[in-house]
Amino acid sequence: MEYSFANLTGAFHNLLLDTLGIPGWLTTTIECVLIGLGMLLAYSLLALFYIYFERKVCAAFQCRLGPNRVGPFGLLQAIADMFKILIKELIHLNHIDRFLFALAPYLVIIASMLCFAVLPWGNGLQIIDFNIGIFFLLACSSIGVLGILLAGWSSNNKFTLIGALRSGAQMVSYELSIGISVITMVCLAGTMNVPEIVQAQDHLWFIFSGHVPALIAFIIYIIAGTAETNRGPFDLPEAESELTAGYHTEYSGIHFGFFYLAEYLNLFIVSGVATLLFFGGWMPLHIPGWEGFNAVMDFIPSIIWFIAKAVIISFVIIWFKWTFPRLRIDQLMALEWKYLLPFGLFNLVLMTLVITFGWTL
Amino acid sequence: MEVTCKSMPYEAFKDNEYIESLVKELQESGTNVVVGAFDKLINWGRSNSLWPLTFATSCCGIEFVSLGAARFDMARFGWEVARASPRQADFMMVAGTIVNRMVPVFRRLYDQLAEPKYVIACGSCAISGGPFRRSYHVAKGIEEIVPVDVFIPGCPPRPEAMIYGIMQLSRKLKVEKFFGGVNRQESREEFFKSHPIAADAD
Amino acid sequence: MANIQDTIAKKFPAAAFAADNSAIPQITIDDANLHSLALCLRDDCGMDYLVTIVGVDHGQSLGAIYYLMSTTTHELCSVAVSTSNREHPYIHSVADVWHIAEIFEREVYDFFGIIFVNNPDMRRLFLSIDWKGFPLRKDYDDQDPKLNPISIESERQSDFTDVYVEKNGKVVKTERAIFQPDDFVVNIGPQHPATHGVLRFRTAVDGETIKKIDVYMGYIHRGVEKLCEKLNYPQTLHFLDRLDYFSGHNYHHCLCNLYEKAAGIEISRRAKVIRVLMDELARIASHCLFIGTYCMDLGATTMLFYTLRVREQILDIMEKTCGARMTFNYPCIGGVMQDLHEDFVKDVKALLAVLPANIKEYNKIFTGNVIAKNRMEGVGTLSREDAIAYGVTGPSGRASGWACDVRKTRPYSIYSELDFEECLATEGDSMARFKVRIAEMEQSARIIEQLIDNIPEGEYCVKVPKVLKLPAGQWFEMVEGCRGTFAIYLESDGGTKPARLKIAPPCLPLAAVVDHITQGSKIADLITIGGSLDYIVPDMDR
Repeated sequence: MEYSFANLTGAFHNLLLDTLGIPGWLTTTIECVLIGLGMLLAYSLLALFYIYFERKVCAAFQCRLGPNRVGPFGLLQAIADMFKILIKELIHLNHIDRFLFALAPYLVIIASMLCFAVLPWGNGLQIIDFNIGIFFLLACSSIGVLGILLAGWSSNNKFTLIGALRSGAQMVSYELSIGISVITMVCLAGTMNVPEIVQAQDHLWFIFSGHVPALIAFIIYIIAGTAETNRGPFDLPEAESELTAGYHTEYSGIHFGFFYLAEYLNLFIVSGVATLLFFGGWMPLHIPGWEGFNAVMDFIPSIIWFIAKAVIISFVIIWFKWTFPRLRIDQLMALEWKYLLPFGLFNLVLMTLVITFGWTL
Repeated sequence: MEVTCKSMPYEAFKDNEYIESLVKELQESGTNVVVGAFDKLINWGRSNSLWPLTFATSCCGIEFVSLGAARFDMARFGWEVARASPRQADFMMVAGTIVNRMVPVFRRLYDQLAEPKYVIACGSCAISGGPFRRSYHVAKGIEEIVPVDVFIPGCPPRPEAMIYGIMQLSRKLKVEKFFGGVNRQESREEFFKSHPIAADAD
Repeated sequence: MANIQDTIAKKFPAAAFAADNSAIPQITIDDANLHSLALCLRDDCGMDYLVTIVGVDHGQSLGAIYYLMSTTTHELCSVAVSTSNREHPYIHSVADVWHIAEIFEREVYDFFGIIFVNNPDMRRLFLSIDWKGFPLRKDYDDQDPKLNPISIESERQSDFTDVYVEKNGKVVKTERAIFQPDDFVVNIGPQHPATHGVLRFRTAVDGETIKKIDVYMGYIHRGVEKLCEKLNYPQTLHFLDRLDYFSGHNYHHCLCNLYEKAAGIEISRRAKVIRVLMDELARIASHCLFIGTYCMDLGATTMLFYTLRVREQILDIMEKTCGARMTFNYPCIGGVMQDLHEDFVKDVKALLAVLPANIKEYNKIFTGNVIAKNRMEGVGTLSREDAIAYGVTGPSGRASGWACDVRKTRPYSIYSELDFEECLATEGDSMARFKVRIAEMEQSARIIEQLIDNIPEGEYCVKVPKVLKLPAGQWFEMVEGCRGTFAIYLESDGGTKPARLKIAPPCLPLAAVVDHITQGSKIADLITIGGSLDYIVPDMDR
């Protein structure tokens, strides 16, 4: 079995509590602050990585080079962007709802940050471990749409309003499909607890053990997930050729930066949840019977497994964006309500049948 | 002090006297070490992350598209994130003729840009009115309307010229001062004082 | 043509017949009979396509010349009407006969101040609502900066349009509201990523559905026609590169043909072949960019980079010969500026070799994509009748089934000797417009293939007098630009400068038809439709 980060965190907890003799309440506070800082750090590093990653991938699809002048291979490009955007002017607009306008970007960023708390980063490396982890994840991710709606409404601009309404309609609809495909997988796992879901994939990832219904659920999930992150071909809320910049047209400086970051982090979260539900979370790739191979796979740290899987799924979503044209709003709705949702429900029934009759691998 | 861009030697730039005079002017008052270091960091960020506003009125705009395409690929320098909303852009590449009817729109776009904002006059129409200078409905250069940082001559300028022009802008940013020193805001106020058409708005 | 003359002469004894220097018959009529003559021309004589309306100022009188074309026989004729009242010049509108006349008449009103009675929308077209004077009148002082000073104040905006109607024999000005009182009006443009330049749509929407679009132009109106009147003939040429900057070669070709006809210059066959080669290369490059920007409008950004690859290759070929990437200024009076570059044949053959593979790739990536199909099929359908009534020419018109390719209908240069097909479609939707353009690229390649090995020897430019003087008269010339029929009307008073040079661009009707074909569709469809019509704003604004 792999090294568990629980040992490390447990040792640290004991260090504070027993060895140093710090009282319990203070220990908890210190740990919370440290975890918060760690999360912020992971958050910003991931965002910077994703900005660079998307640009390079997009450049490769478009036969270009992409950023390569700032730092080695252009690695510092995203950092330069960050410095720039941090000190860019925050424009104060008249005729807007100041409070909601300022609140919106924080709601979006908080929603995505809360989701980070339940992602299974590695063996024992999880911030909150409770029995309805998946449920919590779904609940948190839907706060984001509130931020977008508020952003569009409070800007007092017709483009942002149309963008926000599109976004609201889109996210509320696609949340259903995400929910259905998640429930399908929860059926297979038999639990909503994130570490237990990961443990259940010890021998074989769900995408293999659940075969047909799991595959269908994955396809539905990845389509709905792309829509949920407002990325192409579902980027209607910020469709550049139609609504200039959609719901965040009026935002400047770091407020815009928050939306920009949240887009990439939502991408990571969607890929992370896909990893959790279909590709075994941090579980290494195990092929039954191949003992030597499994041992080698176990050698790779669990956190690397998780992030690598998530990045590969993100790559697929980025691939969508740079290949497909954008859908129209009515087609978008038709896709969800006429195809994805019925298929998802059918698939849920199929999955229960598969489980009931024990046809899983 | 040599102010240069990566992958372009200092000697290759044509107008180093101007940048040097600018540096000299800025350094006259001297700089605090800490503030100077912050300035350097911020300038590094700004000069390497110039996001253009998608703004094109005519022919030069098509060359700007070519600039983004594979052969010239402005993404290499970090100028790729062309924003459609002026709130999020850093500089405005005025690619094309600005006519009387467009002037209020153009000026409003400029006002909507978030600080720090820069303007590049791209092509002879934006610089002086170009071949249409004697027309009844063409602004004789955008310098009358907004302060311009860099001029790129040509009709339309080749994408290489545009790259050179944006590099000049990024060089200019490298010697700017965020904390104290010469403040761009002041010079802009002076500009509007000396340009009566532009001052009318305020 | 004789039978038309007979029909008209019988019905309208007041009509006078003449022919201009391009051998186009001209009917001169008084204002009172204009409308009935227009109806007769359209219904009885088959003159169903209004090419352009040329406003003229002859000092004493103001007038308009209507150039008409039959879509069946491809014959041209013109109708001249004038009024001697310079203070209140009134001419009756023909906007109900040919739909496109509505916007053409607005243009004439804008430039000459001629008021068209009964035109439903008599606002200024290119200039702002408070503009003083009519710039193309001969007595307008266009060098006086105080007359219409540059202002950074937003221009006055009116939600009403003027309509002039006749009541009891007197012309009365009335007002008409553009939008309903409770319309939600979204302003798209002039600075907007999807308007392909600076065009402005005031769009009344109901949710995502478009109810009405009011098009505002003139944000890049540069007064080219007035500028031309101050320059001598060779100097006027260079403006044409800056109208539709993709059809620079074709437009030059048109004006050079016109000047050569007027001056009686016969150019060498080599020059003709070179011009046609360049025209077709320009067409391929233009359609390449169309595919790219159109896909980008629909959200498939990557296609732009694939199509620009071919475009760059063509620009390289042109750069070697012409010395520029965009504003070539290559055809000149008497031939072309320089001889072909020695690599020209080799480079063009290399291009022809890669072109089919590229077109195949575009089709594979985009045309066959299910999302692209859903976005384009059945969106913005334009019927053949409407295409003719709105004067929508070029690939957009041909996608509606109207065979309007000037290279076929009124062949110029050496096009009559060449073997190529006119690409037609019947659906008239955005998909058809897209496919017609791809097919046209293949046909252009076919034309180039026929010519590339047979470029005759000879001089590339014949001797032309240093100071070119054209005899007094009127000329009219049409070519097929990349976006449709491009026509030029020239009036000379015998001097070295044109007395009136009217440019009739293909993009003005393309923008005028947007309102008609977007009604009832979604906002996203406006982008699809606008992109598929492929208008170039500096071209329509001039």
